Amino acid sequence: MDAFLHQVLAGLATGGIYASLALALVMIYQATHHVNFAQGAMGMCCTYVAWSLINAGMPYWAAFVLTVLIAFVFGVLIERLVIRPVENSPILAVVVVFIALLVIITSITGWIYSYTIKTFPSPFPDQIGLGRYMSPHQVGAIGVTLVVLLLLYLFFRFTPLGLAMRAAAQNPESSRLVGIRVGWMLALGWGLAAAIGSVAGIMIAPSVYLDPNMMAGVLLYAFAAALVGGIDNPAGAVFGGFLVGVLENVLGAYVIGNELKLAVALVLIVGVLVVRPSGFFGKVHVTRV
Amino acid sequence: MRKSPLIALVVALAAAGVAPFFLTNYHVFQLTLVMVYSIALLGLNMLTGYNGQISLGHGAFYAIGAYCTAILMDHYGVPYWATLPVAGAVCLLVGFLFGLPALRLEGLYLALATFALGVSLPQLLKYHHLEEWTGGVQGITISKPDPPFGLPLDQDQWLYFFTLAVMLLMFAIAWNLLRGRVGLAMRAIRDQHVAAEAMGVNSALYKSLTFGVSAMFTGIAGALGAIAIQFVAPDSFDIFLSIIFLVGIVIGGLASIPGAIYGALFIQFVPNIADEISKAAPWAIFGLFLIGFVYAMPMGVAGAIRMAAARLQRRKPSP
Amino acid sequence: MALLQAAGLRASYGITRVLHGLDFSMAEGTITTLLGANGAGKTTTLRALCGMVRTEGEVSFAGQRIDGRATEDIVRLGIAHVPDGRGTFTMLTTEENLRLGAYTRKDRDAVESDLERIYGYFPRLRERRAQQAGTLSGGEQQMLAVSRALMLRPKLMLLDEPSFGLAPLIVKELFGILKAVNEKERVSMLVVEQNAAMALDLADNAYLIETGRIVLSGSARDIKSDEAVRRSYLGY
Repeated sequence: MDAFLHQVLAGLATGGIYASLALALVMIYQATHHVNFAQGAMGMCCTYVAWSLINAGMPYWAAFVLTVLIAFVFGVLIERLVIRPVENSPILAVVVVFIALLVIITSITGWIYSYTIKTFPSPFPDQIGLGRYMSPHQVGAIGVTLVVLLLLYLFFRFTPLGLAMRAAAQNPESSRLVGIRVGWMLALGWGLAAAIGSVAGIMIAPSVYLDPNMMAGVLLYAFAAALVGGIDNPAGAVFGGFLVGVLENVLGAYVIGNELKLAVALVLIVGVLVVRPSGFFGKVHVTRV
Repeated sequence: MRKSPLIALVVALAAAGVAPFFLTNYHVFQLTLVMVYSIALLGLNMLTGYNGQISLGHGAFYAIGAYCTAILMDHYGVPYWATLPVAGAVCLLVGFLFGLPALRLEGLYLALATFALGVSLPQLLKYHHLEEWTGGVQGITISKPDPPFGLPLDQDQWLYFFTLAVMLLMFAIAWNLLRGRVGLAMRAIRDQHVAAEAMGVNSALYKSLTFGVSAMFTGIAGALGAIAIQFVAPDSFDIFLSIIFLVGIVIGGLASIPGAIYGALFIQFVPNIADEISKAAPWAIFGLFLIGFVYAMPMGVAGAIRMAAARLQRRKPSP
Repeated sequence: MALLQAAGLRASYGITRVLHGLDFSMAEGTITTLLGANGAGKTTTLRALCGMVRTEGEVSFAGQRIDGRATEDIVRLGIAHVPDGRGTFTMLTTEENLRLGAYTRKDRDAVESDLERIYGYFPRLRERRAQQAGTLSGGEQQMLAVSRALMLRPKLMLLDEPSFGLAPLIVKELFGILKAVNEKERVSMLVVEQNAAMALDLADNAYLIETGRIVLSGSARDIKSDEAVRRSYLGY
């Protein structure tokens, strides 16, 4: 029972990271109806930037903030330069562009930094640990995740810009009619999603060690989490993230091997989807013929 | 068929027929792989291009076909050509069975389910309880077949012609299926499945069958691939294979039979070209190629050719 | 000087030409109605004015050329468009919809007082201010759409079939409010309508469009009183 509780709590810690990445995926999906398969790679790349900054002597939190800002700009640039030109292409063509982005970013990062794994520091003091239930980093990671989610919620709910971004995602045409520059809202959304991805990367790097393929598994879990929660539901994505985190950890205790754990988790999630094809909180779409 | 594509086809066949006598063994081998991939891509294209069901797990069917061949040849001494129908039948069944629960899933949800298939299969192949059959992580090696009846060809050349023959057969079957009522039903389901059902198309049956047939094609390709490469191992059939198949049909052209060939050429040769350009980050170059192709030809190579041909037709003076 | 002037306005959807060279103008402070049957090109005209379709020809607003400019920029010049189908942000609340109408304005305090004034015109919206806009009735959504446009403090409002799907009593109430807004706040209006009778009561001037061309124009009063014109063109 004790061990089980430990797994669940550890699962909540990683679940928080999946939740933030899932939220980033849902944000972009709501605005564009595309899933950004390169989200993980973008987060990973920014985590390397943070690593370089810290290695150059910058204090951890300063490097954190600077990295998040850089990630934001990076996201905006990618949307404007790479995604905008293919906005109106067939869906699968856009999927290929995302795959290409993923491959390019991973490959270039590997070329610059090499593929040997690197350690990444955790800034959280030992005092905040919960004994043998949760390590200080796990507590810290959950804390950071919750702060990020809270800030996002406040931004979207209570600021005019957040309102405009929600409007632009839901109804671009009406948004233009009230003067919202929909293209820029999209770019901002990408910037925010990239920023969230970088936070996710920085939080997970200490546990899984930094390497160019670090976020591949995370992205997969986040994608599955977003679907299980309902791809068009941000709250569902957060719920899905925590759920998948716990699932993965519990499975990890009883199923040996990282890759096998992934396969089993995915099969279970697909099982859920077959029973509830739109995820737990997704909207069932009724379309007119 | 209209005249000009027929002429092009005859020329292409003639070229394909004499090519192995003018190329090195390695190049013949590469062309054989191109033909193998085009059968695999044709299978995937049937499902995704013509029927609108996305699959990120077709590498699994390729693997199943490959392992069928390897196990039959290695454990039971079955001749290489006899393994093809078995591989096809097994994949037809597995594909159909997978297609049944997958019926309830659409779009992204189906993508995840097929992705799960693509990720899980290598794990299954490595599973130690099945090692006796699958050879575990090490896999299985098989020997290259000799040309029959003492024909004056070497092994690579024989394999090339054998694969060519199978490819022509599979393409003919596909052409027949997709041009007729079946193809029409598949596309109707892709575009407006409610309306299709209202017109009497048994959507569920067609969708599962399409999954099965598509898996069969890719499985037979896997079998041929195993014979050509003489080796199967779980890590050659990872999720990246499924992704590269999807890339192939998009670049080649969705809902297009020749598209399968263009796509196969792309996935066989462009990674090599990328490697020539940059040893340090070849996949980055590959990614740039991908983006370039999508920008220039969003409907794939086949789509671009179609548009160019249409533009030429419009320029011709009317009779 | 006319507030709005169009000369040789042509518009196309892809390669299909829908408007074949319209000429019309509106004076400041007036209400003009654009009448015509389904498919005549009325909605396209409004969309063309807002830069939402490909256009050729000249359109001027308050002396400035606006043809070829982006919708978001045209809005900032003071043109508010209440679109066909209302364009409600169905997943946002009533009040969020209204605040979005004022998105481009910088005068925060005036926005708050305008919000109060709108609730004064439409008390039912105040009752439903925190409610999801998609759950409002048809009539309420129409009022919301008009109010959202008013939140811009526009110089010109474009309304696309505001009476569509509404009970006659509600239409009367709505048109009464439009008239009041026009008179009290000098908001000019271009109203596209199929319901000719009510539109001619509201408007000062009228144009009739048929398959992308203007076939009739004049003051609303003259057209209303000309029985021959009414019978042959407007069907009543």
